[in-house]
Amino acid sequence: MRLEPISNPTLARRVVPPAVAIAASFLIAALLAMIAGGNPFQVFGLIIQGALGSKFAILETLNRATPLIFTGLAVAVAFRAKLWNIGAEAQLYMGAVVTVVLGTGAVAWPAGLLLPLIVVVAVLAGGILLLVPAVLKTRLGVDEVVTTLLFNFIFLLFVSYLLEGPLKDPMGMGWPKSARLVSEARLPRIVDGLRLHWGFGLALIAAAAIWVIDRFTTLGFEMRAVGQNAEAARFAGIPVNPVILKTALLSGGLAAMAGFSEVAGLKGSLTQDLSPGYGYTGIVVAMLALLHPLGVVVAALFVAAIFVGADSMSRAAGVPTYLADIMLATALLLTVLAILITKFRVRRD
Amino acid sequence: MVLRLSKITKRFGKVVANDAVSLDLARGEVVALLGENGAGKTTLMNILFGQYAADEGFVEVFGHRLPPGSPRAALEAGVGMVHQHFTLAENLTVWENITLGTMPLFGRSLAARGAKARIRDLAADFKLAVDPDALVSDLTVGERQRVEILKALYRDARILILDEPTAVLTPQEADGLFATLRKAVEQGLSVVFISHKLHEVMAIADRVVVLRHGRLAATRKTAETTREELASLMVIGATQSPEFATRPAGPALMTLTGVGTGTDMGGVPLRDVTMTLHGGQITGLAGVSGNGQAALSDLVAGLLAPTAGQMQLAEVQVANWSPRQALAHGIARIPEDRHKTGTIADFDLTENAMLEQYNTEFAHRGWINWRKARVHAERLIDTYDIRCPGPDTRIRLLSGGNMQKLILGRALETDPTIILANQPVRGLDIGAVNYVHTRLGEARDRGAAVLLISEDLDEIMKLSDVIHVISEGRLSPGFARGSIDAAGLGAWMAGDGFAEATHAS
Repeated sequence: MRLEPISNPTLARRVVPPAVAIAASFLIAALLAMIAGGNPFQVFGLIIQGALGSKFAILETLNRATPLIFTGLAVAVAFRAKLWNIGAEAQLYMGAVVTVVLGTGAVAWPAGLLLPLIVVVAVLAGGILLLVPAVLKTRLGVDEVVTTLLFNFIFLLFVSYLLEGPLKDPMGMGWPKSARLVSEARLPRIVDGLRLHWGFGLALIAAAAIWVIDRFTTLGFEMRAVGQNAEAARFAGIPVNPVILKTALLSGGLAAMAGFSEVAGLKGSLTQDLSPGYGYTGIVVAMLALLHPLGVVVAALFVAAIFVGADSMSRAAGVPTYLADIMLATALLLTVLAILITKFRVRRD
Repeated sequence: MVLRLSKITKRFGKVVANDAVSLDLARGEVVALLGENGAGKTTLMNILFGQYAADEGFVEVFGHRLPPGSPRAALEAGVGMVHQHFTLAENLTVWENITLGTMPLFGRSLAARGAKARIRDLAADFKLAVDPDALVSDLTVGERQRVEILKALYRDARILILDEPTAVLTPQEADGLFATLRKAVEQGLSVVFISHKLHEVMAIADRVVVLRHGRLAATRKTAETTREELASLMVIGATQSPEFATRPAGPALMTLTGVGTGTDMGGVPLRDVTMTLHGGQITGLAGVSGNGQAALSDLVAGLLAPTAGQMQLAEVQVANWSPRQALAHGIARIPEDRHKTGTIADFDLTENAMLEQYNTEFAHRGWINWRKARVHAERLIDTYDIRCPGPDTRIRLLSGGNMQKLILGRALETDPTIILANQPVRGLDIGAVNYVHTRLGEARDRGAAVLLISEDLDEIMKLSDVIHVISEGRLSPGFARGSIDAAGLGAWMAGDGFAEATHAS
């Protein structure tokens, strides 16, 4: 048995396997839901209702999708240039730390100046956090998968130190938690009275901006060229290493936006459980979106809906929320397989 | 009959690589498999050797049918294959490579002594001079090929398949190989010899099988045919090949003086290379593959900067040498590997056409002008006759010839003063070869300096006004057209002239 590449796949071959993959992941989830003692139709009904069934549910899904759009974009941008950034989690926390440092009274500016300042510093800090592994990669050939992954643990421990030490809220009754942001550092809600903050709007703008960069600018051209064939890119005069460093700045900055948006838009302060793994889930989001920036928005909404829906389903049907993780994992694995099928055909010899 | 291929058909997707091809081989016979690149020669031999399974048809060796898709079965039946690209472990010695996978677990030293003795016997019998205890990494390409042949003989191969064996040899080494093959035939072996070089085929084969577009075009006894007939059988309706007359040298456009390159890039570095590229001339670089051609090519292309000596463009001393600098100085580049270096497979034609000018000609303040880029791609498609569905076609869907036309067009449209053409016709059919050669000739006539790097001596001698030979990173003096023959170049390729030159200086 061997794989043969398909030079020119038909539309059916490009569309059917991913659709089958999603359907199959639901089927597997249904099976597991039955084993867990639930009725699969009821379980899926509850998931959909919990994610989209009310105004509150929809807003909750959009809020949950916001950091995933940022981390998904961060991963997509990096992966397209073959910079394997597994460290979006650390970069997210970097953005959150910057937000707390600048936003808890240290800088007494009005909101119109303070928020842009925080955004710029957070993006730069997150970018620089990824720049270190990127420089190690371009200069010394150190594998960035290892360095960015390990940076996550280092940085999370650093955050833990900050929350027990310099950033600890003196009024926090001893909990490892930062002080609350001043009101000028909070992201306003998009519509008064609705629990949806401007972080979501910024995420959509970021996705659109990345798409424009990707499609219409020389930087986007360079990043795609380096990702697809670095040797040909170098031969054509594209400065490969500087492009990788620019990609790192962009990717790290996007991940940092997730941390900023969570703290300034939703939580108002920094705790150690700010992110339930958004940086890692961003990888799933980016892969499901086939690394397309606009696809990231769709994939992030899908993933967020499953998480939010599973939470509420779990309460009503007594099936554990782990079902959401399994659904995502199977969806990802099957999608990867589906992509393979769209590009190769299996031959038996 | 020692070997019989019966109505072999092999398809790759829609492409039919072999279409009901049959082939017989008698004991002690040399059959040449002749055909252009892409005619299906290598596919057919890979089916024989069990690396591919045929869709239809079967292979019989000594009257027994081989199970499809099993190289082991082919080996055990007595088929030995010498690939174009060697499959030797560089860090092992010759005898270790030859006996790899055949040595017993215990009593190794005894077995090793026996094995070495047998290798020496085989080497003497077949005129394959090579030291069994030498490390493969110390061997020349010609010696490595001998090891490959010995490996097959050691495993009692009765049928030898050689895939383009002379591509990496000097003319003298090729003669040595032919002597070995004659010895093998005397001892009752049979040989399938794959080639697209007519004079070799006429020299060594008893019978010639011509493949064309995957089909069996003809079978001829060598004694009853001519080179001209074989050529016309290989290609139907070949275009006239262009004539190249010598032209007077124009101004010096690039001068290398005592240039050396570092070893950090891997490969053979340049050593004290001095040469001048003149406008209006084609300068040919002959040499056995892997003797520093890559370094010289990278140097001219801007990928590599000299670590010693001087590099001048016209009158300007170059600094901060890079691909961008090279392009800015009017150097057009046709790289050796059009798939890996020349194009980006999943970019479309438009994007590949603008690849070298994406930030100059086709962008304004960082924004890409797609309309202009598309018009440019359409013009290249028209001017250079690139056969494709349109400028949105991904480049990987193009044939090698059309891909090369795109690279050629991309290079020539900039009206370059220097053209680096590294193996510009490798793997192309005769029509495309003539096309590329004609265009290079036209560029020369417009006053450009062309540096032609090729392993094909015939191509070098036909096109070049001046020929340099490269060997182990050293460059021979330039020979004007007609002042040296293939044998003379071959001696330089083997490194002969350099010692005298060094002694003389």
